[in-house]
Amino acid sequence: MNVSVFFALLRRDIRVARKELLFFLIRTTMQPLLFVIVFGYLLPKMNFSQPGYQTVLLPGILAVSLSLSAIQSVALPMVQDFGWTKEIEDRLLAPVPTPLIAAEKIVAAMIQGTIAAAFVLPIARLVMGPIAGLTLAHGGEVALIVLLGSFAFSSLGMWLGTAIPPQQIGLMFSVIVAPMLFFGCAYYPWRGLDVVPVMKYLVLVNPMVYVAEGMRGALTPNVPHMPLAAVGLALVIIAVVFWVLGMRSFYKRAIG
Amino acid sequence: MHPSFLFSSHRETHEPMAAIETHALRKVYPGAPATKRRGGPSRRTPSGAPGMPGMPGMPGMPPGIRPPGGDVIALQGLDLEVREGEFFGLLGPNGAGKTTTIGILTTRVKPTSGTALIAGHNVASDPVGVRQRIGVVPQRPNPDRSLNVLENLVFHAAYFGIPSSVATPRANALLAQLDIAEKANAKVDEMSGGQQQRLMIARALIHEPRVIFLDEPTVGLDPQTRLSLWDILRGLHAEGRTIVMTTHYMEEADKLCDRIAIVDRGELLELDTPEALKERAPGGTLVEVSLSGPADNVLEATRTLDGVLRAESHGDVLRVYSDRGGRVISPVIQVAEEGGLNVTNVSLTEPSLETLFVARTGRKLD
Repeated sequence: MNVSVFFALLRRDIRVARKELLFFLIRTTMQPLLFVIVFGYLLPKMNFSQPGYQTVLLPGILAVSLSLSAIQSVALPMVQDFGWTKEIEDRLLAPVPTPLIAAEKIVAAMIQGTIAAAFVLPIARLVMGPIAGLTLAHGGEVALIVLLGSFAFSSLGMWLGTAIPPQQIGLMFSVIVAPMLFFGCAYYPWRGLDVVPVMKYLVLVNPMVYVAEGMRGALTPNVPHMPLAAVGLALVIIAVVFWVLGMRSFYKRAIG
Repeated sequence: MHPSFLFSSHRETHEPMAAIETHALRKVYPGAPATKRRGGPSRRTPSGAPGMPGMPGMPGMPPGIRPPGGDVIALQGLDLEVREGEFFGLLGPNGAGKTTTIGILTTRVKPTSGTALIAGHNVASDPVGVRQRIGVVPQRPNPDRSLNVLENLVFHAAYFGIPSSVATPRANALLAQLDIAEKANAKVDEMSGGQQQRLMIARALIHEPRVIFLDEPTVGLDPQTRLSLWDILRGLHAEGRTIVMTTHYMEEADKLCDRIAIVDRGELLELDTPEALKERAPGGTLVEVSLSGPADNVLEATRTLDGVLRAESHGDVLRVYSDRGGRVISPVIQVAEEGGLNVTNVSLTEPSLETLFVARTGRKLD
């Protein structure tokens, strides 16, 4: 029963996502794609950036697309559904344990995050031209980082979407998401922060760092990056913490 | 003793006959976190509330009122039983605890103490078993606006494990029965409020639940739509479904329900058939007179007037039960003016659930 209901919930979310695919992609990939145009195309063309910067940038852009869309795909519907539309209530009446409904939302967002990253990769490659050192040879590692990264950020989205009061959701983007993007080692490698040691260690609290560094390790292994084992461990810990927080917060909103 | 035993049938012995039972059901909402203090529950007792200090929820504590940092008692020990096939009404003003009761019975609100069983399944320990057996029509329509009308029903059925090959014909039949078949492929937003409420009823029925809950189903609907919704509900009842409806419209409860529980401030005041309840209403027409000062001053003089069965004062309001209808109004006004008070408003109510409620609570229904 639980399995069939889980897939029914997932089918619903996929049906809705398919209807809104274009808007979803614009919403979640516009920001990274604009970055690609400015930093991956214009600046190199103006000779304002060093050769090889695009190799550093591409995995970071993918990390941003993945994380941003995974967060949004859970947080926005949660804020709307619990805040005013109450539409999720038909699913809360399903005869399954309530956490299963939250788990399904997280899985749906993981899929959407992966789609967003897969959508951005060819466009970024097209805009930036050939990228030195880019390899798709380590498919398994890429898949693992995508899986763990989208899991961590969907769970974070679940937590933020259910714990933050709806009227402050705009604040969530400027206070939590924006700093996460800019201090997430997406637009520069973590090793580059050797020049500002305080920052190098401060940014370690930022989950984005591990997704970006993991993408580098898997897609552009020649760029200096964190060891993949460390990245994997950090993402597992982060994902579990956000999962627990997200599940608890969802349950509190669902059952009064 | 158990009224449900009257309805013996061939059901398996494990499924008790009562559709719903509650025992000493209580719900206390903790005080607002911002004003919560560390001094333990005794310091959170509403100031000025009668009853026992430190024991929120004791009789006499006004629920539904939120003192700064205090707990809100939404239900204080509800005991009731709904029989199989019954149309049961929960009647009370806003804040009476109706929605909390429905919330608990539909597993969306956790009771603080007491038990509630739906077809023998405990809402607290077996919410999944309960959800399997209930359909819910919410106070405000909350259809899934990302799906069309038919999809709303077929997906809802899928959440109950019903394959679309079974759900689709059933959904079409329900849409036809509720007279919205032509909207099957429409967007939800293209429907009127009344049509959306019908869609909510269809959704509550698609998985064939044993008990249907309707929370104030006609609030915000125009009179004509309300009447057609009443017809639909009567039809469902005639099919033998167990229906529990909350309402603060006396007429709605009176016309539709087999039995009515009158609730106020989290307490069950009366529970009987509409006919029996109306017989219990104090005799005579209720004449309510608002005065410019304390009604106590003229209470004794009013009681001596011809045709006055009973008179009570509630602050500046004088309540007179008259066996002469409105003909007591002018003597009452005269008495009031002789007592130095001006009359600011007069209203009349025939004996009804409304006058029973007023007599029991000292307040009006809405």
